[in-house]
Amino acid sequence: MLYREAGQFKTTYAADQAIFPILQDRWVFWGFLIIAFVVPPLTGSQYVMGPILTQLLVFGLAALGLNLLTGYAGQISLGTGGFMAVGAYACYNFALRVPELPLVVDIMLGGVCAALVGIVFGLPSLRIKGFYLAVATLAAQFFLTWIFDHVGWFTNYDPAGVASAPSRTLLGSWAEEGGPLGFLAPINVLVSGPRATPETKYLVTLAIIVVLALLAKNMVRSSTGRAWMAIRDMDIAAEIIGIWPLRTKLLAFAVSSFYCGVAGALYVFTYVGNADTEAFDLARSFQILFMVIIGGLGSILGSFLGAAFIVLLPVVLNITAATLGEGTLSSDTLSNLELIIFGGAIIFFLIVEPNGFARLWQIGKEKLRLWPFPH
Amino acid sequence: MRVRKLLLSLVASACVLSPITVTQAAEAEQFFPMLVYRTGPYAAGGSGFFGGIEDYYTLLNLRDGGIGDVKLTYEECETAYNSDRGVECYERLKSKGPTGATVVQPLSTGITYRLIERATADKIPVMSMGYGRTDASDGRVFPWIFPIVTNYWSQNTAKIKYIGMKEGGMDKLKGKKIANLYHESSYGKETIPVLDNQAEKYGFEVKHYPVPHPGLDQKATWLQMARQYKPDWVILRGWGVMNPTALKEAQRVGFPAKKIVGVWWSGAEEDVIPAGKAAVGYVAAGFHPSGADFPVIQEILDKVHGAGKGNISPQRVGTIYYNRGLIAGIITAEAMRTAQKKFGTGKSITGEQMRWGMENLNISAARIKELGAESLMSPVKVSCFDHEGGGAVKFQEWDGKKWNVITDWIPTDQGIVRPMVETSAANYAKEKDIKMRSGKDSYGSDCTVTS
Repeated sequence: MLYREAGQFKTTYAADQAIFPILQDRWVFWGFLIIAFVVPPLTGSQYVMGPILTQLLVFGLAALGLNLLTGYAGQISLGTGGFMAVGAYACYNFALRVPELPLVVDIMLGGVCAALVGIVFGLPSLRIKGFYLAVATLAAQFFLTWIFDHVGWFTNYDPAGVASAPSRTLLGSWAEEGGPLGFLAPINVLVSGPRATPETKYLVTLAIIVVLALLAKNMVRSSTGRAWMAIRDMDIAAEIIGIWPLRTKLLAFAVSSFYCGVAGALYVFTYVGNADTEAFDLARSFQILFMVIIGGLGSILGSFLGAAFIVLLPVVLNITAATLGEGTLSSDTLSNLELIIFGGAIIFFLIVEPNGFARLWQIGKEKLRLWPFPH
Repeated sequence: MRVRKLLLSLVASACVLSPITVTQAAEAEQFFPMLVYRTGPYAAGGSGFFGGIEDYYTLLNLRDGGIGDVKLTYEECETAYNSDRGVECYERLKSKGPTGATVVQPLSTGITYRLIERATADKIPVMSMGYGRTDASDGRVFPWIFPIVTNYWSQNTAKIKYIGMKEGGMDKLKGKKIANLYHESSYGKETIPVLDNQAEKYGFEVKHYPVPHPGLDQKATWLQMARQYKPDWVILRGWGVMNPTALKEAQRVGFPAKKIVGVWWSGAEEDVIPAGKAAVGYVAAGFHPSGADFPVIQEILDKVHGAGKGNISPQRVGTIYYNRGLIAGIITAEAMRTAQKKFGTGKSITGEQMRWGMENLNISAARIKELGAESLMSPVKVSCFDHEGGGAVKFQEWDGKKWNVITDWIPTDQGIVRPMVETSAANYAKEKDIKMRSGKDSYGSDCTVTS
């Protein structure tokens, strides 16, 4: 009834090609964005902004990166953790060794380093496909974490191999009080390190992710994305119609790794504050792959929905179990209850909708357009 | 209809219950967050340790009504030894209770690393008893972090002393080969520098063998280590399921268990029982013995478990991890008493006051006896200069049924450890732009005393 596009006519090509062609979608999207930027900082809750939202955004971005590669270009990768680690350690080293750089630039450079590494590990994709490629990318996972574990320079020779994010500002040390760009000091807020406020960390993460998600959305709607999908659906046919597999596949690896690298850098700088290779191990790669599968392959929104399911549901279950079961059930049972329900939920959702939450969302939207009259 | 009824009844019951919780909060309380892990590959350690702490708090509440008329409360949050979940749990629990979290005990080196800067900014002390960041022993750089009892490096020097003892003198270590089989994590990597340092000093050779988490796959490592490198001793720096796996693999390649020396996170019943006969003769370090023959544990069995308020199955009371948790509970409670002596009893203390209590903690041998924990723990004396508190290490051998203590307290070699701690802490201070505390500082501690 409310969700009806009757009377919305498109008179320009721009209107026809809009990301949200339906007016109501646009309202909901803008409303959602405003809420995301305004409400959490207003609540002031460090718990909501830190471990809940920032974590969700960071893993959503990593899932988005993998989704570009797996969901759109059809290349299965188990090296996500490794690429995140490249982004994290590269960003750490730029921030540590070149304090003049603005932190945002450090983060992007981390992404660029990850993209370069991604291209190298994407080379096997020109010869092998499917599960075999997954195994080849597994090499990236192990090799990259091994490097960061064993080459002390990357962690600034920390005895435990922990890279701890230095305190860095949004615009770099030149724009600090007394620097050559000192007039920028009032807006040059501290983004990383223990003294940075959770609000800044959250807002910077959110801003970066909004920009990158918008880029991704437009990328998959452009010729690049169409080439990826052509390669995914049938690479021989794609080659015949003039898509160059080398360029397309390597570009997919580069872009995907860039996103994962930025996610890794954000994980260290705006979420946790420090990281070792434990945070980027094979379990992490699988976790992100599960987010993509549960969220929906080939969907930007699905990446974030999948991340929410994998990251937040256990926390919600844990809190609920702890509140409801207090005093009635033993702590052992409560801890295991979370695993049981979470495992059950995964199976349930995959049976109900094997194409992920994004598909569920789409079905819901279509039903809503007909509601309340089903015909 | 049924759903609506259910919802209504839920709302009604919430309305009825909420005033009760409000009235309960009026009494003075001290809140302790519990970052437990009862699931995952390290559940044996997590459940035993936190069972010990919680039992001790319950005993204090039941017997004395808390500490200084302040009831001890706690809330659990399951981390599954996962660092991300650890951060989440910390953030969830840090502002609960009347004065927020009093002290955090993550029981995970990884989580400790994640929390060092957060807790420092939030003014909540972190007690990493026998784990965590070693150079945090230098309290001048890490005011909020307490690797109390003995840190990893100190323990390691005691271990080399034990090996030297078995070889017939420290000079006999020259030319010996020691393999360091470590859990590939921040916990496992922590002792590599101190081992290299000692290897140089005593002239033995050391080779490091990483085992990836969780440690179930060690076949290739043991083959390579035992058949090619042929070490005289193996240091097992394992955790959780890695330990029994290592012992079984050692038996498979024919490496004698009595030549394996475990660290104290590799020396519990849960680490050896699954390995069966392969573990007989295996030696592990510990800063306390196992067993329930201590007055304080008997009292817990009687008053806490007797009243059906135990936080762990009574069969596990007196195991290594349980006793370790109990000691953590004792140290925390004593630190709180110390803080109350200065800041007053009958009201909840803040994280900052607790920090003072921990920094001025002095548990003498007489006090340990008073607590009913004689020979369960060694005396602890913390200062601004030394957040470790100078413990010693005992070695125990597994005979197939129980751990037998085979050495007296072996002192650690601070001559090696302390300079390394200070260098490392100074590096950290430089990297993070921290000003080292000196003299009488703003926290009210004296940082000039250096012993």
